[in-house]
Amino acid sequence: MRITQGTFAYLPDLTDEQITAQVRYCLSHDWPLSVEFTDDPHPRNFLWEMWELPMFDMADPSAILYEINRCREAHPDHYIRLNAYDRTLGRQTTALSFIVNRPKEEPGFRLDRQEGADRQVRYSLHAYASDRPEGERYRS
Amino acid sequence: MSTDGRRRFGMTGNPQPGTDAAVGGATPPAAVEPRWADDAEVDMGAHLAEARIAEVLDALSRDLVALEPVKTRIHEIASLLVIDRLRHGFGLDSERPSLHMCFTGSPGTGKTTVALRMAEILNRLGYLAKGHLVTVTRDDLVGQYIGHTAPKTREVLKRAMGGLLFIDEAYYLYKQENERDYGAESIEILLQVMENQRSDVVVVLAGYKDRMDVFFESNPGMQSRIAHHIDFPDYSVDELMLIAERMLARQHYNLSDDAVVAFRQLLTKRMTMPRFANARSVRNALERCRLRQADRLVAVGGTVGRDDLMRIEAADVRRSRHLSGFSGGAA
Repeated sequence: MRITQGTFAYLPDLTDEQITAQVRYCLSHDWPLSVEFTDDPHPRNFLWEMWELPMFDMADPSAILYEINRCREAHPDHYIRLNAYDRTLGRQTTALSFIVNRPKEEPGFRLDRQEGADRQVRYSLHAYASDRPEGERYRS
Repeated sequence: MSTDGRRRFGMTGNPQPGTDAAVGGATPPAAVEPRWADDAEVDMGAHLAEARIAEVLDALSRDLVALEPVKTRIHEIASLLVIDRLRHGFGLDSERPSLHMCFTGSPGTGKTTVALRMAEILNRLGYLAKGHLVTVTRDDLVGQYIGHTAPKTREVLKRAMGGLLFIDEAYYLYKQENERDYGAESIEILLQVMENQRSDVVVVLAGYKDRMDVFFESNPGMQSRIAHHIDFPDYSVDELMLIAERMLARQHYNLSDDAVVAFRQLLTKRMTMPRFANARSVRNALERCRLRQADRLVAVGGTVGRDDLMRIEAADVRRSRHLSGFSGGAA
């Protein structure tokens, strides 16, 4: 099951040229970018691991691509996303966030039903991949 | 509270600044299809005009005094890049030329200025996307504890990507006497990026000739990755006088005839002294002449005209401690 998180998630995966174009757009708006990765893509897990520090004062998209590629090399079987932060007063939030790398196989989620008192049912999502220990999920 | 200057979430409202200008940039020389047929003839002049390269080269020859070997070398490099682009247009693929450079010479011989021009030339030819200059020294690259150096060096390199990284006094990166110095780690990362990201960043090392030679001897990897070694010669007195004239003209000052003689005397004397920094010393000497001129005009009082405000007299020059008998100190 293909994970759809962040911008462009319903499009085919972006190529490096397309990522470069997005990064160029972010830099032209003075949004610092950061790279994050995780192997626990539960929809409620919005705090992913940081890959190095957020990148300020970058002039050219190639610098961001360089970090993305380093992260891909280190974590080929992880989800990697790129965040752009808009610091202008009144906005001060993530302006753009999209996935730039995903594992080759995505087994998806299972729906767990928990029977409670008074026939109440609680639902939870369980990623098949998260049965395995951290760092080994999605490894084929 | 006013909402002026705030950006809203919707796509309407304030126009977003900077979009077009920044996206426009130079296109990298990576056309997949050959641009011209095999038997086409390409007008060299039109191609040069298209890259607007001639004006940068002209400005280089015009604005910089002397430095003939440097200018010739830059012309050669620029020509190679133009030809390379033309070849690319015909589908003749050759390896992207290595553009890393080493500038050696005494202080004040124009290394930074030439680096700035070089960045512009490379930008116009499409080899650098942004063409900005990032000037760093050892402090910006080397960390203070284990694990600090690599991210620091990488951060600097990333900031320089799309432009030119100018490492001043690069030989300080390597300390021979201390093998646990973190400088070596920084050099390692520099080499790695210089090799793998050749299309993204151009590295220029600068420093004194003799110490640079020692640096290369102990870092053969660095030597072999730098294709262009350019030596900046010292200026002669005549060239320094020409530089002084141009500096003054730019600031709307001029030297009286006597002052020219005096200033030449001052320079001749100063050149033999230690810590003489060529054009930089000239600038400092002129700054002090301006101070003394102002001091003299205020002391005299009365009425002053436009010419009085512009002219530096011999007395302003001769009051320099180098001509009036005191010695020591840098000019």
